[in-house]
Parts: sequence; structure tokens; C-alpha cells
Amino acid sequence: MNDTIAAISTTLGVGAISIIRVSGKDSIKIVNKIFKGKDLEKVESHTIHYGHIVEKGETIDEVLVSIMKSPKTFTMEDIVEINCHGGISTTNKVLELVLNSGARLAEPGEFTKRAFLNGRIDLTQAESVMDLINSKNESKRKVAIKGLNGYVSNIIRNLRQQILELLASIEVNIDYPEYEDAEVMTNEKVKPQISDIKEKLHKIINESENGKILTNGIKTIIIGKPNVGKSSILNRLLDEEKAIVTNIEGTTRDTVEGNITINGVSLNIIDTAGIRETNDIVEKIGVEKSLSLINDADLVILVLNNNEELKEEDKKILSACSEKKTIVVINKNDLDRKINIDEIPYQNIIYTNTIDLNGIDSLKEKIVELFNLNELDQQDYTYLSNVRQISLAKEAYSILEEVENGIESEVPVDMIEIDIKRAWEKLGEIIGETYTEELIDQLFSQFCLGK
Amino acid sequence: MKYDIIVVGGGHAGCEASLAAARLGNKTLLITGNIKNIADMPCNPSIGGPAKGIIVREIDALGGEMANNIDHSCLQVKMLNTKKGPAVRALRAQGDKITYPKAMIETIKNQENLEVRESLVEDLIVEENKIKGVILENGEKIEAEAVVLTTGTYLKAVILRGDKKTVSGPHGERPSKFLSDKLREYGFTIQRLKTGTPQRIDKNSIDYSKTSLEPGDDVTHTFSFDNEPLYKVEDQLPCHLIYTTKETHEIIMQNLEKSSMYGGYVEGIGPRYCPSIEDKVVRFKDKERHQLFLEPESLYYDDIYIQGFSTSMPEEIQDLMVHSLPGLENAKILKYAYAIEYDAIDPLQLKQSLETKVIENLFTAGQINGTSGYEEAAGQGLIAGINASRKIHNQDSLILKRNEAYIGVLIDDLVTKGTKEPYRMLTSRAEYRLLLRHDNADLRLREYGHDIGLINEERYQKFKLKQEKIEELNNLLKQTKVTPTKENNEYLESIGSTKLLDGISLYDLLKRPEITIQNLKKWIDIDFSNEVIEQVEIQDKYEGYIKKANREAEKMLDLEKIKIPEDINYDNVHNLASEARQKLSTIRPTTIAQASRISGVNPADISILMVYLKKEKRV
Repeated sequence: MNDTIAAISTTLGVGAISIIRVSGKDSIKIVNKIFKGKDLEKVESHTIHYGHIVEKGETIDEVLVSIMKSPKTFTMEDIVEINCHGGISTTNKVLELVLNSGARLAEPGEFTKRAFLNGRIDLTQAESVMDLINSKNESKRKVAIKGLNGYVSNIIRNLRQQILELLASIEVNIDYPEYEDAEVMTNEKVKPQISDIKEKLHKIINESENGKILTNGIKTIIIGKPNVGKSSILNRLLDEEKAIVTNIEGTTRDTVEGNITINGVSLNIIDTAGIRETNDIVEKIGVEKSLSLINDADLVILVLNNNEELKEEDKKILSACSEKKTIVVINKNDLDRKINIDEIPYQNIIYTNTIDLNGIDSLKEKIVELFNLNELDQQDYTYLSNVRQISLAKEAYSILEEVENGIESEVPVDMIEIDIKRAWEKLGEIIGETYTEELIDQLFSQFCLGK
Repeated sequence: MKYDIIVVGGGHAGCEASLAAARLGNKTLLITGNIKNIADMPCNPSIGGPAKGIIVREIDALGGEMANNIDHSCLQVKMLNTKKGPAVRALRAQGDKITYPKAMIETIKNQENLEVRESLVEDLIVEENKIKGVILENGEKIEAEAVVLTTGTYLKAVILRGDKKTVSGPHGERPSKFLSDKLREYGFTIQRLKTGTPQRIDKNSIDYSKTSLEPGDDVTHTFSFDNEPLYKVEDQLPCHLIYTTKETHEIIMQNLEKSSMYGGYVEGIGPRYCPSIEDKVVRFKDKERHQLFLEPESLYYDDIYIQGFSTSMPEEIQDLMVHSLPGLENAKILKYAYAIEYDAIDPLQLKQSLETKVIENLFTAGQINGTSGYEEAAGQGLIAGINASRKIHNQDSLILKRNEAYIGVLIDDLVTKGTKEPYRMLTSRAEYRLLLRHDNADLRLREYGHDIGLINEERYQKFKLKQEKIEELNNLLKQTKVTPTKENNEYLESIGSTKLLDGISLYDLLKRPEITIQNLKKWIDIDFSNEVIEQVEIQDKYEGYIKKANREAEKMLDLEKIKIPEDINYDNVHNLASEARQKLSTIRPTTIAQASRISGVNPADISILMVYLKKEKRV
């Protein structure tokens, strides 16, 4: 961590201003080399300066440069931020100059990693910062800010405290078996406490699953046979939200075909190898591939032809969707009904037709209903906001299930307690209070570039 | 005169250290202030208890003496926590305060290579940070290759009762006045600790009708793996239980300022787990009464120890307090309670081998290291004796891991976390207590004892035989299958179990909570010792939990494998938090696992340290 790192810290292509962040002990010196204006090595900390980025006398961009000196910065190192105005290509050029002047391109998540390693933020905060930076809509920002304030940490901390008290009351019996001062903890007395803790944890996990939808969006796939009207439905959905149709890499690492917002939640329509080009995804990529796409999705929109009987491949896809939130769109409603509705084992059926597609609103309403999006927005966002946290909470939950099984099989309370302690440690990992080797590596590898 | 090893102090740590050193072939000298007080029990008359009893078993497995000695001198024995799981069971014996030291003195006198000398040590001979011997109070110098200090509470000991301070060790013994100052001069950090002991009363002055009986177990036990029970169930002496009264609490509250503690006469830090009665009354105001156990000290004199009534009140208040107790209205107080303050070194200055970092070949064990308790002292004494011997013979130190022994947990805690109060072993200090059981101490440690040279061939062969028998019974259970015949199912239902639906091995059948090995006699002959049967039953019934504990321990051992070079300069490790840098520099952990257990060293510091170590290796 002796070197100086740099990266573009705003999403490329969004907004008029791009910011290049440079962090490390040489950051001011490096930027000063390519900056025409005041001598940046002589300015006060936490000041902003107008000037130009130049290369061999030639002006590349008109910029504002913020100088923030260690330690009161995000990474606790010297930080320079260059606000560029010239669009993607100029920003890239400026970054290139910074790198040529002695900085190194930051690895994904490296700024946050430095902030964390320098003791600026704790683990939960590190994860939340990343969510904040990634947040593309209002709801998500709320989640991110709460995490940043240590709100999540507090909830987990309280739960750990409750477990800790239970642990202590079991331990005291073991170390002081003859003392009457402490209530004798038996499996019967432990049991209701465990179910209480489990219930609270369950609630957090449940809310977190919703939270995942807020932060990552709803991964959606539109699937159906050729010429059934998938592209029309997709275009119609996107048409209404033209402003935010972009081709970006999502956090989910799927290529998103389009991205619309419903009630503040983004619906990421996954690129199924060119729905729009070929119009015949099932034929082109085969049923098997469709099945695996379905597996990955949070929401499947299955489009069927009103004018056709169900074929074998339709049925296969229908049964593959049984575990998923699925909306069946019966298109070409204006033509004769040949499809047998009784053969469709789903309740969420929307009727549309190719000409005016007036079912689109009902489709959206259905999505809102399926994902409780109305309630979501009003909820107090108290959940864990990323996959690592949720999976640790789930592990703790399943350890508590083992505890209950142990109690059922009359395992002695002191052994039950060993598992309760493990659950306590798992919850500690969420807020970084116990140490595991893999934690840091995994945490930072999932961070996106330069944030 | 030159010795290989000198042990200073004849308490429980000193006895184990000197015996181990001598048994390993070293010419050993034990120096003690009073030979008659060797292996004295100045406080409670019991040995063992949760976790502590397991330490005694570990001492035996490694070839130490404490277990054998208490087997020869117990007044009453109990297995504790029998209603809980096997991991927390532990033996506790009331020891005879006359017989116990007598037996130990006998052992020491008969030990080849071991001499005893009565004197006080007031200084060390140190050359170039290496120990060369000790200097006695009369100025005489005695040379040695290694020295083990086991001075107990005798460093600058002061006894307190109310505002009265007496410079004295327990039992009115002379304390060492200068050694701790000398240690400070050599570079040790010295801390002041406090402990206390309750009154002794005349057993003939108690009205036992107002007490309830606390007898020993109705089966016999032994601490040592090699002894047969040496007492009869019916010969055990009982203890008695009484409670403090409202009057007792009033007397305490009215006179609180007169106690040494509350009057501000004490500098030392006392243990939280062993509070004085005034502490208990003040801190738990709502509690109407506190338990007190009346424990006999010996068959040969009349003292009864009032467990739970330790205090630093002046004598006249103690009279009132004792006489407010039911059955003790007319009790004759033979010895008043007192608090005792003493000097100890900061155990962060020790290596895992119990050698000090300050002076080479100098080892310390017991209360001087900040612990409390006979068992904790003996465990350290044994390890210090073993490692002093190994050091002068250029052998690797014996370092027990946290998943191997409570003694390992104890020493690792001391040298890694330090202690600000007298440290007592508790089961909750062990992460892997399911592995550290009373019943398997020999399976965990006897190989070490044999390798080191403290377990002779005869004892070792006995142990190997037990191992083989365990294996044999395990195999027998695994290989014997029972099928759901009418007869089998009727039998199972008759003993309160449920029918079989499929064929099953006896090994799996035994996993049912209601089935014991005795129930399996219907199908197989079981000609094994109780010890073997117990072991197999525990390993079988709790197999899942034991496996889980082993998996957890493996994770720790992986980190234990990442060594930190001894000469690491933490100033070169950038970005460590300053608290972490300071603690790492002082404690100098030898592995990443140990570093991660230091309080104030957080996961980010560990991550930075690991990155640094990786980088260093690459360069």
C-alpha cells in the first residue's frame, strides 16, 4: 500500500462530469505534474482548484481539482479528485496521463480496501460504501446509507448480545455447578430462547432477500417460442422508460438487455443472446440453455401464443418455471383461442395482443404484486445488503436449526451451547468481529473498479 | 556447587517443576522458605473442580504428581456436572491439608537427583541476559543452567485485615522482600495482585443441626489414570451447606468502610470470580442470601474452612459476621480471614514455553505469572520444569495447543492476552472443550508424557493396552449388525427404546440417547473395563459433535501453521493500527493464530500482517 492508485470513480457514460480519484502518498505530486493552474503541492487541504490538464503544452480538459490531505480522507491517504468535463474519451485520456505520471490503476474495490485497512471504516461500512456507490436508484441509496451508519451492525450486535447472555447463563452452570445464584439452564429453558433468536434472524434474512432485490434489481428473463411476440413486449416495456435504457455491466455480471424501474426497483431484463435480433431464442439456443437461464432469473415472463396449442417444448419450459416467480403472458389475444388454459399451472396469467399490447400495465401491476414492491418502498430498510452478509446470516440460522435438533435428540446442554457459540461467531463475521482468513479476500474481490 | 536446574518455591508449581526436572535426569535443587510448608494448601482444602479437575488429569497424563498425590490424601471426592455432557464433567476432592503435603514431601525426598534447601532467594545471577544462578538471603551464590521461579504469593506479600497491614506470607511465613524489585531492575513489568481467604472455625463449635449435609459420591474415583481407589465410600468426610442471613448482610453494610477493600487500603487487583463476601453483598443487593460451604481441612486437626466467606474486615467485625451465620452462633474462630497482596510479573513477558523473554533460561510458573489456584500452578510448574530441562538439553519446547489441553489454553491465554486479575481456569476459556475432556486426558497427552520421558514403560504399556481395547470394542460394535426380528424389537421396546425398521450396527444403535453399552449385552459379550466402555460410549454417542469440534480446531491449526519470524520488526509493517503494532511488538506472537487472539489486534491488522509476511517471502 505504498504506491499511489488511480481510477475513474464515476460510472462511465452516466452524467456530464466524470471524476478521477487518485489516492496514495504521491497523489498530489503526480496530478501536479499534469495540472496547469496553482501549484497543487502548496495549497491547503480540502480545497478545490480550477485549471487545465495539459500534455506537452496542449490542453486536454478543463477541470476542477479537489485536494484532500491525509488523514481526513476516505482512504486516510492523500487524495486528489479530478472533475473532468469532456466526456468519456477525454476522461480516459486524463486517466492515462495520471497513470503515466506515476500512479497505478486501482484494482476493483481497492479504495475501499485501503479505507478499511487503514482503519477508516469497518467491514459492514466497507460493504455499504460499495453499495452506495453502485446504487442506481433511491431505495437502494437508503439501504446503503443505513448500513453506512452502522444500522445493520447495531441490529446484529443486539442479536449477538442476546445470544451472549444465553451463553453466559449456560457457562455459569458449568463452571459453578453447585452455586444456586444462577438459574440452572436446561434444554427446556434454552429452547424458547433459541426459537426467539431464530425468529428474529429469520425476519432479518427475509427482509434482506427483499433488500437484495432493491440493490441488485430483479433479474428478469422473457422467454417463449419464435414469433410469439417477445420482442414487442420487451420493446414496449423499454419504450416507456427510454431515458434509462442503457447497455451496462450490472453488478450481477449479467449483460442486461434493458433496465426499467418499477416503484423504485430496477427490473434488469437479461440479455438472452439477442432476444431482439433473432426472435427465436428457444430454437437458437435450445431448450436446455433456456432452462439454465430460467434457473438464474428472479422473474420469468413466459410468452405463449393464444392461437396455438401447447407444444412439447412449451410444456418443458412451463414445468421448469415451477420454482420461479413466473408470469405467463398469453399474447395474440385478438386471434382465436386454441391454447388450453387448463394446461398452464400458474395463476399469474396476463392477456395481451400484438397490435396495441394494452396488457403491459397489467403486466407491471403483476410484477409489483409478485414482489410486494408497494410494501417494499414503505418498509424500514433494516436488512443486510449483500450476498456475503445474507449467506452468513443463513449459516447462523441453520446452525440454530442444528441446535433445535440437538435439543430434540436430548444432547446435553453444554454441547448444545457449543453450537450456539458457533452461531454467535457467524453473526460476528457479518460485522467483522471474528476473524476468518478468507473474509477479506472474498469481500474485496467482488468490488467494482476504483470505488 | 552447580546444579542443572534450580526451582525457587515449594508450592504446587515448584513441586511439579522440581520433580519433572529431576525425573528427566537433571541435577535439581528446590529452594523453599520452609520445608514443612512444601505443597501447602494455604487456601481452600480442595483440588479439582470444573476445568481445574481436568488440568489435574492432564498433569497425570504427562507424568506429573498432583493427581497421584491427591489420590493418597482425599477426604471426599465428587464427580461434578454429571447431569451435563461428558465434556464438562470434572472431579473435585477435598484434600487433607496434613496428608497432602506430607505425601508430596515424601515423594520429593525420595526423588533421585532432587535436593531441597531451606532459604529465601533474594536475587538472581544474570550474565548477558542469561540466568546463571540465584543468590540467597545470606548472600550465598548457587549456580545453575536454568532457574524456575515459582514464588507464589510470597513476593512482597502483605496481609490485610481492615486497616491492619502485616508484611507476611500465608501462615505467617516470611515473604521475599527484594526479589520482585530485582526482577523489575532486570526489566520485568511487575503488577500487584490480590487474593483472599476466609475464616477457619473449630469443628466442635458448630451446631450441625442447622446445616445441610453435602456428602461425597457413593462411588469411588481416582484422579490418576494409574491408581486404584485408595479410600472407601463410607470413610469420606461430609461438607455442610449454610446460608448468610439478613443480619450478616446488615453487619457487612454497616461496616463496609472498615474493610481493607472498601476502606481503600488495597492496591492489588482481586479476582472477579472469587469475590469477597462484602463484594457479593454490595454487588448483588437483591440477593437475600449467599451459599457458604463448611469444608473440613484435615482428619488431624479441627479447622473448618468457610468457603464463600472470604473477607478483609477487621477481626472484631469478622466475629460478628461469623456469629450471624446459622449453626455458627457460638463458633470459635481459629484463624481470621484476610486479603493478601503480592507482586507478580506481567505474563506477556513469557514465551509459550514459560521461559521469560527478558532473561534466557529463566522460567516462571504459578501465581508469579498472575494465575490463581493450585491446579493452574501445578500445570504450569510441570511445563516449566519440562521445558527448562529441554532448553538446557537443546530440545524443542513442549507447547500444548488449545485443542490439546486446558494447560495449553492456560499458557496461551497468559502469554497472549496477559491478565489483570488472578487468572482462574474456566471451561468457557476453552474453545474446544468437547475435545478437552476429563475422560480422554490420557488419550490426548500420554504420548507426549512418554516421549518426554516422564511416563515409564510400564505406565505407557498400560495406556497402549487401553487404546487397543477401545479400538477392539469400537470394531466389535461396528461389525455386529442386528436385524428387526420380533425378538429384537420386543427387547428394544422393553428397555424403553423403539423398534428397528432395518438392520443396523450396534455402533449406530448405541447412538440412540436411551441406549447404553450395557443394553447391548443381549447381542455381544462385553468384557471390557469401565474406562474403555465409557470412552467408546462417549466417542460413539457424541461422534457428530466431536467431529465438528475437530473441524473447528483444524481451522485454527491452519493459522497456527503460519509462523511469524522471531526477528520481525513491526515498524516495517505499514498501516497496522498503533494499538496493534504496540501489542504485537510486546507480545511477539509466534504464529498468525496466536496473533489473532490478542485483544486489540483486529482482523484488518491480521490481514495486513499476512500480506506483509507473504510479500517478505516473495522478496
